Amino acid sequence: MKKIKKIKIKIKLNGKARIINENLKIIDLIKRLKIPVKKVAIELNHEILDKKKLNNIYLKKNDKIEIVHFIGGG
Amino acid sequence: MNKDKLVVAKKNFNSRLIVGTGKYQNMSECAKAIKISGAEIVTVAVRRVNITNKKKPLLMDYIDPKKITYLPNTAGCFNSTEALRTLRLAREIGGWKLVKLEVLGDKKNLFPEMIETLKSTEILAKEGFKVMVYCNDDPLMAKRLENAGACAIMPLAAPIGSGLGIQNKINIRIIRHQTKLPLIIDAGLGQASDATIAMELGCDGVLVNTAIAKAKKPFDMALAFKKAVIAGRLSYLSGRIEKTLDGRPSSPNKGII
Repeated sequence: MKKIKKIKIKIKLNGKARIINENLKIIDLIKRLKIPVKKVAIELNHEILDKKKLNNIYLKKNDKIEIVHFIGGG
Repeated sequence: MNKDKLVVAKKNFNSRLIVGTGKYQNMSECAKAIKISGAEIVTVAVRRVNITNKKKPLLMDYIDPKKITYLPNTAGCFNSTEALRTLRLAREIGGWKLVKLEVLGDKKNLFPEMIETLKSTEILAKEGFKVMVYCNDDPLMAKRLENAGACAIMPLAAPIGSGLGIQNKINIRIIRHQTKLPLIIDAGLGQASDATIAMELGCDGVLVNTAIAKAKKPFDMALAFKKAVIAGRLSYLSGRIEKTLDGRPSSPNKGII
């Protein structure tokens, strides 16, 4: 059987370029990065995502993702 | 005195000291200083998650947001767009609506950009945020912020991190007299007595970060600030004596031998 080659796409994650497989859900990317969803907020192309809907969103070429959390500050 | 609570956005707090969580050597030092200070509200910043170093400790692992009220802050924002983006993200992290708005206008003195601050306050209040607003010590601008829907007025004592203490007591007193909103001195305090002065001027609370975090003994300074705020508040409520230029003896003149 001929092996199907997965298509790679380029995205930007927290300001840095990253190559991922096509058809990757945003929730799977976050899980792979071992980021606790409850403690972060996620922005996709400058739009804040509802964390309950992460399971329905597939990443596309040139998507810009920002994942933020709370750190010490004044 | 036990019933004397700090009330912000209809929420009661026993402590009138709010502390920042920045500039500590590490998270455990920060957590211990907060505990000693008795603060029930801490300011926090919103920043990118470190994707490459997953072992970096998380603030929430050291300071439990169920026990201590997190006050997301827009420190580092220089315009309304950045500030609104930051606080909307903060709300998404865990439903935080009580926030501290801080829009800076100058990278050197870190003074607030009041036009952008006012604009942001209006928008955030309309979106249902409870906005505690870092501002300059201008009574007219404080009034405008109040009208725009701020839930607390937070004038600076002096530039952020400067440790200079309250520079304009008159303006702070004028703001105190004109507003019923919580008035909290934010930024510029250097030592515990500065907090006492703020409280004696009638402020409802103080926000301190650098003065504790960068003291040679942060834990002792945290305790000093805790006591200083309590002392200042008690002093204010107790009603000070009138000032006179002449001396007035403390012992009765009658019966002098």
